Amino acid sequence: MTFQTVWFLLIAVLWVGYFILEGFDFGVGMLHRFVSRNEADRRAVLTTLGPVWDGNEVWLLVAGGATFAAFPEWYATLFSGFYFPLFLILVSLIVRGVAFEYRSKYGKAQWRQRWDIAIMVSSAIPALLWGVAFANIVKGVPIEKASNGSLEYVGGFFNLLNPFALLGGVVTLTVFLTHGAVFLSLKTTGEIRERSRAIAKTTGLFAAVSCVGFLTWTNLLFTDINSQVLILSVLVALLWVAGMTANFVGREGWAFIFNSVAIAAFVSTLFYALYPRVMPSSLGAQFDLTITNAASTDYTLKVMTIVAVVMTPIVLIYQGWTYWVFRKRVSASQISNPEHGVLDVVSHILHK
Amino acid sequence: MEALDLARWQFAIVTVYHFLFVPITIGMSFLVAGLHTAWYRTGKLQYLRATKFFGKLFLINFAIGVATGIVQEFQFGMNWSSYSRFVGDIFGAPLAIEGLLAFFLESTFLGLWIFGWDRLPKKLHLASIWLAATGTLLSAYFILAANAWMQHPVGFVYNPEKNRAELTDIVEVLTQKTALATFFHTIPAAAFTGGAFIAGISAYLIIKGKDLKMSRSTFKLGAITMLISFVFVSVSGDLTSRIMTEQQPMKMAAAEALYTTQASAPFSLLTIGTLDGSKSVFQIGIPSLLSFLSTGDFNGVVEGVNDLEAKYDKQYGEGNYTPNIPLAYWSFRLMIGFGAIGAFFALLALWQMRKGGTPRGMWFAPAMFSLPFLPLLANSFGWIFTEIGRQPWAVFGLIKTADGVSTVVSAGAVLFTMIAFTLLYGVLAFIEVGLIVRVIKIGPTEEHDYADPHIGGSADKPLVMSY
Repeated sequence: MTFQTVWFLLIAVLWVGYFILEGFDFGVGMLHRFVSRNEADRRAVLTTLGPVWDGNEVWLLVAGGATFAAFPEWYATLFSGFYFPLFLILVSLIVRGVAFEYRSKYGKAQWRQRWDIAIMVSSAIPALLWGVAFANIVKGVPIEKASNGSLEYVGGFFNLLNPFALLGGVVTLTVFLTHGAVFLSLKTTGEIRERSRAIAKTTGLFAAVSCVGFLTWTNLLFTDINSQVLILSVLVALLWVAGMTANFVGREGWAFIFNSVAIAAFVSTLFYALYPRVMPSSLGAQFDLTITNAASTDYTLKVMTIVAVVMTPIVLIYQGWTYWVFRKRVSASQISNPEHGVLDVVSHILHK
Repeated sequence: MEALDLARWQFAIVTVYHFLFVPITIGMSFLVAGLHTAWYRTGKLQYLRATKFFGKLFLINFAIGVATGIVQEFQFGMNWSSYSRFVGDIFGAPLAIEGLLAFFLESTFLGLWIFGWDRLPKKLHLASIWLAATGTLLSAYFILAANAWMQHPVGFVYNPEKNRAELTDIVEVLTQKTALATFFHTIPAAAFTGGAFIAGISAYLIIKGKDLKMSRSTFKLGAITMLISFVFVSVSGDLTSRIMTEQQPMKMAAAEALYTTQASAPFSLLTIGTLDGSKSVFQIGIPSLLSFLSTGDFNGVVEGVNDLEAKYDKQYGEGNYTPNIPLAYWSFRLMIGFGAIGAFFALLALWQMRKGGTPRGMWFAPAMFSLPFLPLLANSFGWIFTEIGRQPWAVFGLIKTADGVSTVVSAGAVLFTMIAFTLLYGVLAFIEVGLIVRVIKIGPTEEHDYADPHIGGSADKPLVMSY
C-alpha cells in the first residue's frame, strides 16, 4: 500500500469520526428545544454535549489539516471551489461554539431564546451542507486545468445545488437528526428520553428513505456496477434498519452503536466510490484530482504517518475516557435553579 | 479593489482578531492552572475563588478564540489556494500535527476541567487544566514553526515541474532558530498578556474594595508575571531582531526607515518621511544603537532599503521588494512602546503596593484600566510588523503574496465574506466584552470546599457545572 492510499484511508477515517461525533452534536443542537418542555430540560439536553462537543469538532480541524498536508491540491481546489458552502459552515460553527458557552450565562428569557435559535440554525446548516458537499465531490464537479497548470473548480455556487447534492444534504440532515435523538435517549432520563426516542422513530424513517434513494442514485452514477460500493450501500441500509429496530424495542445503546456504524459505512461507501480519485471532474477524467496528482511527497506523507501512528491511539484513549467519565445520564432534576445564570446578580457576592 | 487586496484585508482582519484571544488563552490557562494548584496545595479558599473567577473570564475569552480559530484552518484553501498548492507539502504538516497533538489535548481536557468540578477526583481535575494549558503551548509551537518557515524557509527543495516547495527535512523546519526565537518571543508575550489581564482586573477589585484577600494576591501574581515575562520578551526580541537582520535585512531596514547602508547606524526615535515612504526628510536617533541591536556591534554595518532594493532587483528580477515603510516603522515602535508602558505600570503599582500599601494618585485607575489592552495592542502591532515587513513575499524569496491568492474566487466573493466575518466578529466582540464586564462587576463569588469525588460523580446529585 502506498503512502497516498494510507492517507486517503486516514482522511476517510477522520471524516467517519467527525460525522459520528459531531453528527449527534448537530442532531442535539437541532432538537434541543423540541425535546424540552422547560428551562431545566433544555439545560440538561445541552449539558449532555457540554464536555465533549469541542473535542468532537477537532476531528474536522484535523481532517482539514490532514487534507492540506497530504493532498494540498485537493485542499486548495475544494475550499476555493466550494467557497460559499464552506463559508456558511464556518460562520455556523463559530456561532454555534459561542452559543453553547454563552447561552446560559444570563437568566433572561430573551437572551436564551436568541442563542437557542442560533444553536438550532447553526446546527442545521452544516448538517445539511456537509451532505451537499460530499454528494458533489462523489458525483464530480466542473474542474478544469487553469492557465497556471493547476486543476481548478470552474462551476459557480448554484452548480453545487443540483438534485443529487440536495438529496445528499437531506440524508446527512435526517441522519444527524436521528443520531442526535438516539444520543439524547441514551444520555437523558424521563420525558426528554421518551420524546427523543419518539422523534428518532420518525426521523429514522425519513433518513432511511432518503438514504436508500441517495445510495441507489450513487450506484447508478457508475457505468458498470461497482460491487464494493453496492455491497457497502446495502450494508448501510441494513445497519440503519438495525438501529431503527433497536430504537423501537428500547435498546438505546444498541441503537446508538448501529447508527454510528451505519454512518461509518455510509462515509466509507462515498470514499470507496471515489478511490483512487479525491475530486473527480465532470469535464473529463483527465481533470480528475486523484491520490497521485493531488498528493504531497512521500517524505511528507511518511513524516505524517509516523505522527499519526503514534498520536491517534493516544487521542482515542483520552477522548474515549472523557465519554466514560461523563457516561451517566443527565436528568433535568440535576439542574438546580435552571432559570438562573452565573452572571445574574446573586446574593452571596463577597464584600470585604 | 482587486481580490488580492481584499483577501489581504480579510486575512489581516480575521487573523489579528483571532490573535487578540490567543495570547490571553495561553497566558491565562497557565495562570489559572497555577491558581488551581495553589488551592489544591494549600486548601485556602481565596485561591479557589480566584480559580473560579478568572476561570470564568478565561472561558468566555476561550470560546471566541476557539470559534474563530476554525477560520484560520480553512482560509488558506479558500482565499489563498495558489499559496496552499505551493506550500502544502511543508506548511500543511505543522497544521495537521497541531490539530492532532494540540487541539485534541486542549479541547478534551478543557471540557474535563469545565465539567469536572465535583465529578473528577481533585488531583485529576487539576491535571486536566495543566494538560489543556500544555495543549495551548504545543499549538503555539507548531503554528509558529509554520510561520517561521514563511519568514525563513529551510529544509525544502523547489520542484520546478510541479511549481511547489517540497519538504526534505521536517526536523530542520521545526527546530530552526527562527522558529525557536519566535516561540520564545511569543510565549512570554502571551504570559505578559495573561498577567496584564489578571492584574488589571484585580486592580479594579482592589479599587472597589472587593475580596481584597484574593485580589491583592492575584494582582501580585499578574504584575510579577508581567515583569518576568517582559524580561524574556525583551531578550528574545533582541535575539529575533538579530536573526531578522541576518535573514530578512529588508524588514529591519524598513523597521528603522534606514534608507542607505551604513556602519554605526543610529536607532531612530522619530523619522518623518515622505508620504509614500520612499525617503526620510528628518530623523532623530541614538547613535550606533541600531548597529548594536541588529549585529551586536556598535560599529556593525546595517544594510539600507535602497541598497537592498537594488540587490533584490538583481537577485529576483526587477520588481518592488520594499515593504510599506511607514507601517513597518510605526508598528515596530508601537509594539515595543505599548509593551514597555504596560511593564512600567505594573512595576509602579507593585512598588506602591509593597508592604501592604495601596497605590495612590490619579494615575492608578486609568493605568490599571488600560493594562489589559496594552499587550493586545503590542501583540497586534508585532504581528502586523512581522507580516508587513516580509512583503511582497508570502514565503521569503520563494512566492510572492500576489501569486498566492485564489484565482477562482472573485473580488465580490472575498468582499462579501470579509464584510460578513467583520460584522460577525464585531457582534461577538461586543457580546464578549459585555459578559466580561459583567463578571468583573459581580466579582468573585463565595466558594465552598468539597469532598474529593469519585470519577463520574453520582447520577442524582445536582450538577455543579451545566450548560
